[in-house]
Amino acid sequence: MSTGTIGIDPSREGNGDQMLEVRDLECVRGDHRLFSGLSFSLQAGELLYLRGSNGSGKTSLLRTVCGLMEPAAGEVLWAGRNIRKQRDEYHNALTYLGHVNGIKGELTAFENLRIACALSAIAATDDDIYDALAEVGLGGREDLPTQVLSQGQKRRVALARLLLSEATFWVLDEPFTALDVGAVAQLAKLIEGHLQKGGMAMFTTHQAVDIRAGAVREVNLDS
Amino acid sequence: MTERGVFSAWRAMLVRDITLAMRRRADVLTSLFFFLIVVSLFPLGVSPEMAVLRGIAPGVIWVAALLASMLSLGRLFSDDYQDGSLEQMLLLPHPLSVLVLSKVSAHWLVSGLPLVLLSPVLGLQLGLDGDGIALLMLTLLLGTPVLSLIGSVGAALTLGVRGGGVLVSLLVLPLYIPVLIFGTGAVDAGTSGMSFEGQLSLLGAFLVAAAVLAPLATAAALRISVE
Repeated sequence: MSTGTIGIDPSREGNGDQMLEVRDLECVRGDHRLFSGLSFSLQAGELLYLRGSNGSGKTSLLRTVCGLMEPAAGEVLWAGRNIRKQRDEYHNALTYLGHVNGIKGELTAFENLRIACALSAIAATDDDIYDALAEVGLGGREDLPTQVLSQGQKRRVALARLLLSEATFWVLDEPFTALDVGAVAQLAKLIEGHLQKGGMAMFTTHQAVDIRAGAVREVNLDS
Repeated sequence: MTERGVFSAWRAMLVRDITLAMRRRADVLTSLFFFLIVVSLFPLGVSPEMAVLRGIAPGVIWVAALLASMLSLGRLFSDDYQDGSLEQMLLLPHPLSVLVLSKVSAHWLVSGLPLVLLSPVLGLQLGLDGDGIALLMLTLLLGTPVLSLIGSVGAALTLGVRGGGVLVSLLVLPLYIPVLIFGTGAVDAGTSGMSFEGQLSLLGAFLVAAAVLAPLATAAALRISVE
């Protein structure tokens, strides 16, 4: 990219220009306005903790930030440009973990990850994939169809995808659901490590989780 | 993203969908048996006279192929929609239409191509001669990918809609009519010794147009449905 984008100082170093900015976002579901005039921004190394009661629009906000949903008003900017105008670049920098895991029950955990890597152009070897599965505690179960795994184990397959991901910006919707205490702590560590490497993350949870990060921002959709 | 990245994503999606179809073989076989049985009902219901059957053979086989290829349309995106893979697909750093084309290609390979390969048997059963059968296969080879492509638009539009299966037939069947007309027309013309190049060229043109336009329309429809 040699053409200078307005609002970005090209002399800035590192990940400084990879910033998420949400401006005056409004979200409407059916006839109901979930939130409006929502603005926040996120820098490299920062964590955004999204709070709100059931039905306050947390998932809608996460999906809008990902670009899966069109906002009723306002815009989402990545590195100063609307995400609609740079879908491929933005999605290259983004990993989303939704309510549903996005894994195929008929495929084994290993196959699921290998395909996910090939689709997102992640250069992971078979060994990397086996390592990631072992790390999330699925060693020995790599070659079982994921439909025979428990809910928590399926969630772990989705987490292994995070381990392999090269994305800078993680958007996690209730990532701790169905996980046991050990796995929750492990995921919290994983997010910490990601932030320390200059990554960014945005997540929502109803559980009390302790994640240490350089800067934790909070957005509360109830207020 | 590089062109290579797009190509390997295309291939990964194709391999994924074919693997999935092979693990759920019952679905593939259902539409194939449906095709066989529907065509086999005509000699019983209309007339066992070879002369009569020969006359209706292209139409019967083509209509059965339309219905059979539509049977499997419902599952083209709905499974991915339910387990969240579709959301992940929308968030990939590749043009969505390329991935759609890959999914449609896989759909055709597992549900369209078997119809083409099975058609000679049914052609024989209905008394078509060798040239007629060859021509029938050729028209199905050109036509069934068009059916998968047009069908993908309908499947994407009815995603998540209650009773989507029936709705998709109402949406898609009228659009199949041109393919049906020129598909059967070519075989009819060929078996009665007339020129059939025109119909084949039109089928080819449909295929090219559908391959270019349908993935774009499907991609747009998917973005709306997932929202």
